[in-house]
Amino acid sequence: MILFERVTKRYPNGREALRAATFSIDRGEMVFLTGRSGAGKSTVLKLIAMLERPTRGTVVVNGQNLAALKSRHLPAYRRALGVVFQEHRLLDDRPVFDNVALPLVVAGASQSDMGKRVRAALDQVGLLGKERMLPNELSVGEQQRVGIARAVVAKPAVLIADEPTGNLDPALALEVMKLFRRFQDVGVTVIVATHDLHVVHEFGQRTIVLDDGQIQGSADVPLPSMTATR
Amino acid sequence: MLGYLTHHAQALLGSIGRLVRTPFATALTVLVIGLALALPLALALFVSNAMRATGGFTGAVEVSVYFKPEVAMARVQQLAQSARGRADVATVQVISAADALKEFRQYSGFGAALQSLGQNPLPNVLHVLPAGNASGPADLAALQHYLAAWPEVDLVQVDAEWVLRFNAILALLRRVLGIATVLLGAGVLGVIGNTIRLEIQGRRTEIEVVRLVGGSTGFVRRPFLYAGMLYGLWGAGLAWALVAVAVLVLRAPVAMLAQLYGSSFTLSGPGLQQLGLVFGAGLSLGWLGAWLAAARHLRGIEPRA
Repeated sequence: MILFERVTKRYPNGREALRAATFSIDRGEMVFLTGRSGAGKSTVLKLIAMLERPTRGTVVVNGQNLAALKSRHLPAYRRALGVVFQEHRLLDDRPVFDNVALPLVVAGASQSDMGKRVRAALDQVGLLGKERMLPNELSVGEQQRVGIARAVVAKPAVLIADEPTGNLDPALALEVMKLFRRFQDVGVTVIVATHDLHVVHEFGQRTIVLDDGQIQGSADVPLPSMTATR
Repeated sequence: MLGYLTHHAQALLGSIGRLVRTPFATALTVLVIGLALALPLALALFVSNAMRATGGFTGAVEVSVYFKPEVAMARVQQLAQSARGRADVATVQVISAADALKEFRQYSGFGAALQSLGQNPLPNVLHVLPAGNASGPADLAALQHYLAAWPEVDLVQVDAEWVLRFNAILALLRRVLGIATVLLGAGVLGVIGNTIRLEIQGRRTEIEVVRLVGGSTGFVRRPFLYAGMLYGLWGAGLAWALVAVAVLVLRAPVAMLAQLYGSSFTLSGPGLQQLGLVFGAGLSLGWLGAWLAAARHLRGIEPRA
């Protein structure tokens, strides 16, 4: 489903965020991406979302070599992808419904279809009934869940999340992670970048550990020695 | 197809909503565009009214043919007939010396003085009106040449100088109109482009999010194009209203002035064709200005990583 082959990313300021990183993630898998901040977690997600392009190496998503993706096909590619950020990136001047509906509007869904799917997505994140509220009227956890509803409303094949629990207390963080696992249960490939080791341990999913832009290891249960060193 | 139309309707309604929510800024932009479009429209109207006021030029150019005193009336009629046969002649009116004298006596106030003259000092005259398509300077010269070639003719007078001058003034005005139209059109383009540029900057976050969830360039650009077209259309509407009001205000004094000149001329407002041109110009300038701004400024907006 997702394949990184000797991927190197060097930013214009000279920093190498990824160094010859190679790993693969199967369809329908849920994977944690961990490592200290600056280890390259975000860069992996940016490369998958085509927010950045690799300096060297190959990224393949869903059988598509991203280097060969033409820029006019980029919007369609992004529509098959759900993205969740630490800062939720909602539009503050639009109610929850409009925020969640945005991927459907962009894809040209019909009005009736849109209403059904937005409510289904809000139901999944437990926010049904708050469609008319503005993001600022919601708590931080609720805002994060609106962001998740927006990411999944168009039923993407791949869901990527960058520190989705960064602003949440442990109980809420666990809630959000459980939500991600429910999407995995229905066949979505989920990649979550997080430094929240507590959550990672709790879930026992496969974990890819990054350190200084290199893959340190990949295990079904994170090994304390790999995550706690230095 | 329906989804496509819905898309466009949503973009249009969204653009209207945004423009209406900032009424003061929108009104200022529309005012500038309206004034810029009103100026060439007013000038065009002035030119077309001036042409109508002078009754076109075909009726204004007249060639007077004065015969030598000894030429008999029968010969005059004969020559008049042959002049009527020419393609570049519309009408020929014969004014006999006797008629001319009668008229002169009646209107000039020299009746008593004329009485003392032994004989009629006035010649027989032809008033030749050139055909509508033959009133240019070259045509008039040819006609004059033909008439003057008759041995019976004393003098051929072409009363065309002022017409040529007036024609030249109108040609100049039309050129000024052309220049003003181009300059003000460029101004409208700039105003709309700048307004859309500011709007794009103000909605940067939204554009980033839309791009992130897979909005195509066309989707992102659409509301801005509609906003540009709305500015242009509203500006055109304002321009039309301004000119229409000006025409209403000027109509009475113009009619008064025309009456003093013995004319029944009334000022006419913008016709359908001019209306179509103004709205077409507003629409296309709005679209183009917005498109240019979008092409220039949307490119740099990619989702922040």
